[in-house]
Amino acid sequence: MVTYDHYLEEPGSLEVAYFSTLGTQRAGHDFHAGWLELEYGVKAWWTTELYLDGQTTFHDSTVFTGFRWENRFRLLQREHFINPVLYIEYEQISEADRIMKEIEGHDVEADHAVPNAEARQGHNHELELKLLLSKNFKGWNVAVNPLATKPLLPSVPWEFGYAVGASRPLALKASAQKCNFCRENFSAGIEMYGGLGDTVSPGLHETSHYLAPAVAWSLPSGWSLRVSPGFGLNDNSHRLLMRWGVSREFSGFGEMVGKLFRGRQ
Amino acid sequence: MKALFLGLGALFLGTVVALAQADRSKARNGGDARFDYAELSKAPEKARARQNPLAADETAVAGGRNLFERHCAECHGESGEGGKKGPSLVVPEVQDASPGTVFWVLTNGVVRRGMPVWSKLPEAQRWQLVSYLRTLKIDTPPAAASAAK
Repeated sequence: MVTYDHYLEEPGSLEVAYFSTLGTQRAGHDFHAGWLELEYGVKAWWTTELYLDGQTTFHDSTVFTGFRWENRFRLLQREHFINPVLYIEYEQISEADRIMKEIEGHDVEADHAVPNAEARQGHNHELELKLLLSKNFKGWNVAVNPLATKPLLPSVPWEFGYAVGASRPLALKASAQKCNFCRENFSAGIEMYGGLGDTVSPGLHETSHYLAPAVAWSLPSGWSLRVSPGFGLNDNSHRLLMRWGVSREFSGFGEMVGKLFRGRQ
Repeated sequence: MKALFLGLGALFLGTVVALAQADRSKARNGGDARFDYAELSKAPEKARARQNPLAADETAVAGGRNLFERHCAECHGESGEGGKKGPSLVVPEVQDASPGTVFWVLTNGVVRRGMPVWSKLPEAQRWQLVSYLRTLKIDTPPAAASAAK
């Protein structure tokens, strides 16, 4: 749910997804952060994605927290021993944002104890870069995503983070019958992600880290469901980040929209 | 806030429309060379020589058909006859290619020309697809068909 492999959206297809993170908070109130994701395959080597983020902090309020525009570029035309994809994201979010799509720098649980009214006064304009490295081996996909984030203010340092994960379908062969509950429609995996400090203070101190098993179910109709409970690995981490999401892929969306604007010919 | 939502939505939709139009005008001007089979000839010798490990598996074709309908038919047509986005797979160039060659193209895609890499499907599923593609009937050009009669 956090680690990316090197596969991009199919060209012309649109994936609409809703994801959410339910986070426990030791000081302060638990929260439920949700985001809408529109992912479009521009080319076989380029996927663009728009995120709209919001969150509800229990016993506090519900707020819209900003947007992100993500682009992923496949760097090599063919499959190689390791497959790199360049990830570039621009974020304009408030400090009340809690979707925790990635953990970076010195992100810790205490950052989220601030009440929404106060947190939403602070704004982050950030550029985030990731190198998505992924490899398939005997049915497994193993991916490593180092990341660097630069708030667009000269005085704020670069922040670093990582995500690593491995996943595998429950069956490697497709069934002869059409079915929703066939084992090949399910995949399971595990991922670990966390912060690595910043240019001023690099390293693991005052950082948070999570270990998260994940299960995904993809139906032939284009619907997918994903669930991943993430467990904090140190005292700076939330004890639990329960993530889940549902998505629907619309093949041929680009062509459909093109037709709509061209009319019949 | 509402204006921001609308603005972002309009920007995203505009990008999709512009890119869809660009693809269409390219195709109209004959500048799109997606529909050739040159990629098949680029398969390395070692890849070409690979045999389908599921060639004797009787269920492979049925599984491959399901996968084809789910992942390939949108571009290549329901019977592999070709569509607006993907070339026909019932032509001799594909049907006469070795199983290893077809598997190699499936695995690597033809990214520059719009075909994604399909290595996200496990190797066994890609071989099931190769098995199914073998069962598609070759399109005989009308002239050749009447000559045969």
